[in-house]
Amino acid sequence: MDTVKDLRKKFIAGETTPLEVITSALKIIKEKNGEINAFLHVYEEALKEAEEATKMYQEKGVDTPALLGIPVALKNNILLKGKKATGASKILENYTAVYDATIVKRLKEAGAIFIGATNMDEFAMGGSTENSAFGPTKNPVDTSRVPGGSSGGSAAAVAMGAVPVAIGTDTGGSIRQPASYCGLVGYKPTYGAVSRYGLMAMGSSLDQAGPLTNSVADAELVHQIISGQDEMDATTISATTYPKIPLKEKYTFGVPKRFLSEGVEPDVLEAFEKHVAELKSAGHEVIDIELPLFEKGLAAYYIVMPAEVSSNLARYDGIRYGLSVEGESLLDVYEKSRAEGFGQEVKRRILLGTHVLSSGYYDAYYGKAEIARKKMREELAETFKKVDFILTPTAPTPAFKLGEKAEPLSMYRQDIFTVPVNLTGVPALTFPMGTVERDGIRLPVGVQYIGPHGGDARLFDIGKSVYDKR
Amino acid sequence: MWQDKVQSGMLGLMKKEDIEQLATLARIRLTEQEKANFEGDLSSIMEYVSTVSDIVSDDVKTNPEIGVVHNVFRQDEVTNAPDQYTRDVLAEMPATDGRYMKVKKILQIED
Repeated sequence: MDTVKDLRKKFIAGETTPLEVITSALKIIKEKNGEINAFLHVYEEALKEAEEATKMYQEKGVDTPALLGIPVALKNNILLKGKKATGASKILENYTAVYDATIVKRLKEAGAIFIGATNMDEFAMGGSTENSAFGPTKNPVDTSRVPGGSSGGSAAAVAMGAVPVAIGTDTGGSIRQPASYCGLVGYKPTYGAVSRYGLMAMGSSLDQAGPLTNSVADAELVHQIISGQDEMDATTISATTYPKIPLKEKYTFGVPKRFLSEGVEPDVLEAFEKHVAELKSAGHEVIDIELPLFEKGLAAYYIVMPAEVSSNLARYDGIRYGLSVEGESLLDVYEKSRAEGFGQEVKRRILLGTHVLSSGYYDAYYGKAEIARKKMREELAETFKKVDFILTPTAPTPAFKLGEKAEPLSMYRQDIFTVPVNLTGVPALTFPMGTVERDGIRLPVGVQYIGPHGGDARLFDIGKSVYDKR
Repeated sequence: MWQDKVQSGMLGLMKKEDIEQLATLARIRLTEQEKANFEGDLSSIMEYVSTVSDIVSDDVKTNPEIGVVHNVFRQDEVTNAPDQYTRDVLAEMPATDGRYMKVKKILQIED
């Protein structure tokens, strides 16, 4: 599939039209979605919008909004007014969004055409999209494997060639890990760069929305459109919140060598080392670094995240919206609705969060985890005095088989390199660094570039020069 | 208390009664099967997350801080038009009576 930038050029030159592109996108979905299950909902009215966009290009050419006529898929935990927003949960199976998320509003203003809503792990909890209440998504590269998660439907939608860009959300790696498994570019912005208004809250101090694309330039374009301060989200940052991060000709990369020895499969490590060698031969400097606290991030994450989950998901009570199960009393309605509406992983994390926040345990867990985050941020700040980027594989393995990781902790460990990024709020970019062979099939694996707070532009700069110009 | 559990190495261990108590607090009715599953799952997860003590020892006395701390103010004025969302929001409610949401009785008053 063409990139967003290519499509835009062709639309302006009249080589193709939004109508042709949307028609073909709907055809691809019709052919492939039965097997892949990337889309939970498909919006046929996209055709009508495509007709209007086609006319606008004929009339105004280049003087049209930047994403006019571009098909975009939206993870189903993002509100699009008048459309079902399920979070891939039974508890919201019939819920219709009553307003647009800020990012949706901005994409609409830029002319994007929403073609459908993508599958995900229920309420974005999981790393394989197997936790969806509406069946798992399969990896288009190898359909016996998962696409990653939780934004697995968004990744599969791009990988199967239906759309050039899909929007995902990332609380602990949910954009980057599926991008790695499906051979895509994925971006998790600096915390606060993108408004969370109209996103179903999972871990409010961790959640950010971002694009999955085929090129870094596309990711940058979409990020620029959806980011920016928003009065509806008090945690959004301005251009001056963090010191300006300058672009450079040559960069210094830090590789946390010891961290990589933990559970990274040998051929993934090999692909990573090859990538590092390429950076060196391109004239960049690569040095070894130690991140002893960053390495332990996963433990702190599985305290902070469930704690926030248990609070955020208290709103699904069978009273104001969503599934409601008849009961004897108000309490009965709550307990039955939540029992029937939530899947196993969601219940597990709510219980976990309730436990770490309960009286007597708060100091041992939540309090400590928050102090750990502070110390991790300090460690990063020191590290970014010496290096411009920190480099890791995005995930320790390529995409795994459906059903392979039934034990919760083994699934959680896939996020070892991505969760410290959310805990500290820094931005990170992933793109493919090569492939590894499993059962005779070449599977993509991604590399993760981590930048300092506010270093979004610098990440796109290096990504474009390393990946887009390959 | 948790300090005792830490010393006895029992911090991660969850019992069935613990799961039941958490389920009550979280307002989720669990099946017996779920209780048994979560007892095992939560024990192993809690044991794992207890390694957070490797980053922060018990005697660390510092205040956590979350992200960039800044106040955000706006004028206290209504920004929505009257009834702008009312109909749509009411339509999502499981039980309504006119413009009211219906809920079960909360207080049981004895005669």
